[in-house]
Amino acid sequence: MRRKPLTRDSLTASMFLLPSQAGFALFFLIPFAMGAWYSLVDSPIQGSFVGLANYRELLGNAIFRHAATNTLLFTAISVPLNMLLSLVLAMLLNRSLPFRNGFRIACLIPLVVPVACVVLVWQTLFDQHGTLNGWLAAFGVAPTDWMESGAAFWVVMIVYLWKNVGYNMVLFLAGLQSIPTDYYEAASIDGAGAFRKLRSITLVYLTPTTFFVFIMSIVNSFKVFRETYLLAGSYPDSSIYMLQHYMNNMFASLDYQKLTSAAFLMAVVIVVLVFVLFRVERRISKSLG
Amino acid sequence: MKKVIFVALLTAIAALFIFPLALTVTNSFMSEGEITANYAALTGGDDTIADAGISYVKLKWIPELVTLSQYYSVLIQKPQFLFLFWNSALLTLPIIAGQIAVASLAAYAFSQLRFRGREPLFFLYIVTMLMPYQVTLVPNFIIADRLGLMGSYASIIFPGIFGAFGVFLLRQFMLTVPYSYIEAARADGAGHLYIFTRIVLPMCSSGLAALAILLFIDNWNMVEQPLVFLSDPHKQPLSVYLSAIGEGERGLAFAASTLYMLPLVLVALYAERYLVEGIQLTGIKG
Repeated sequence: MRRKPLTRDSLTASMFLLPSQAGFALFFLIPFAMGAWYSLVDSPIQGSFVGLANYRELLGNAIFRHAATNTLLFTAISVPLNMLLSLVLAMLLNRSLPFRNGFRIACLIPLVVPVACVVLVWQTLFDQHGTLNGWLAAFGVAPTDWMESGAAFWVVMIVYLWKNVGYNMVLFLAGLQSIPTDYYEAASIDGAGAFRKLRSITLVYLTPTTFFVFIMSIVNSFKVFRETYLLAGSYPDSSIYMLQHYMNNMFASLDYQKLTSAAFLMAVVIVVLVFVLFRVERRISKSLG
Repeated sequence: MKKVIFVALLTAIAALFIFPLALTVTNSFMSEGEITANYAALTGGDDTIADAGISYVKLKWIPELVTLSQYYSVLIQKPQFLFLFWNSALLTLPIIAGQIAVASLAAYAFSQLRFRGREPLFFLYIVTMLMPYQVTLVPNFIIADRLGLMGSYASIIFPGIFGAFGVFLLRQFMLTVPYSYIEAARADGAGHLYIFTRIVLPMCSSGLAALAILLFIDNWNMVEQPLVFLSDPHKQPLSVYLSAIGEGERGLAFAASTLYMLPLVLVALYAERYLVEGIQLTGIKG
């Protein structure tokens, strides 16, 4: 993978990088550094240095803690579920089948459709007088107000899985197709069963793919705000009040201190997480040779 | 036999994926009267429903009478939808064009040139790319506030153009350009600008297409940025406003949704190869 150096072309590189870096610095790096400062003072205009007081206040804030717990819980449940379902789907599709391409397109459709376009359908399904309750009533089950109770958490989970399974499926499918088929043939000759082949060949050689799927799933799990917001507005049921709602309401009230300290906390958590994941991945890749 | 079971299973799964779209599209051809009658249970409120004896919405797939009246309303009677549609285009197109231009230049440097600090700088881009919007929106918000861009499209378009995703994706793609091509061009005395425009870009055309498609998908679905930056409802893109369409205009919303998703569904059908390629590139380590 690594190439021989062309030359030391720092000057050329800086010309090519100039537009990107100028914009990146102006819209991300510099304001982020300013934000770091805001999170340490008591007011954005002529504030005085208060150390970590804003962070202490943020961590002591019950609403923030509730939102952070919800986000963590949602990510912890949705990411493994998403990975499992998309792996199963990819394995189903990883064979010659009639309409295979059609099935693959069907899995990708939710990915391309804007959330707002299907919100009406979700509302129709999960309203108190919605279709789902209608079906349940036919079996004599009492109706649930899906969006206004703790059940909303699972509704959002379903909507998230519906949208995101296709993306991971594509990644897993590419990973599966890169495993040489003679590995399986050799294993069959040695008398390995289907389960053994899955554990010792498929899952092992999918490890690099799995790491990227894992990272992308975490990133995408944060985007579920779109669904929750469009389904339930700025103040949804408390079971789906996520960090992103909290942040958005801080934008609305122009609370710079809470906003910047919350952004910093989230950024630190993500950087640490990504760093650890890449470390683990490198170690496992090495042991695979 | 086994194949039949797989096909049946996959058909059921595909139906689950497709059904919200199918319902939206078929319902968009119903008259407002039919829609109102159909969805009465949702809008009626608790008491009236108990009186009328209808409690739950039944999904209805086939219009009693196929009509284009909703489309007539959306496209001709109520031009505000067209304005919001246009807003989406005004936000999305500059981001796609701008990010492709800026990111392809940067990706060339990251993939083909050697310079000091290349790896740490690239890591910085990756980290920004992985951040949730709610984190990157904070610096965007601070700078928009300082530059007086709040409420304008520029406050969304500029951070969009300089998003790190394009740099990441195109670098992945450009790493696949055989080194010998560039070496040969260098030996012939070609400059980097020439190599970039005449060799690398043409070879990466499917990567550029993949990036354009993925950016189109993400930005056409924009929700977070308009909520923070645009207070004027007339400036909102349709991706935010669609969900705010009032009761009694449900049929209209179905038609508007259908129109709004149409370009993306066409992309999925006709440019699936690039879409798949783009997604796969995000999963390859460089």
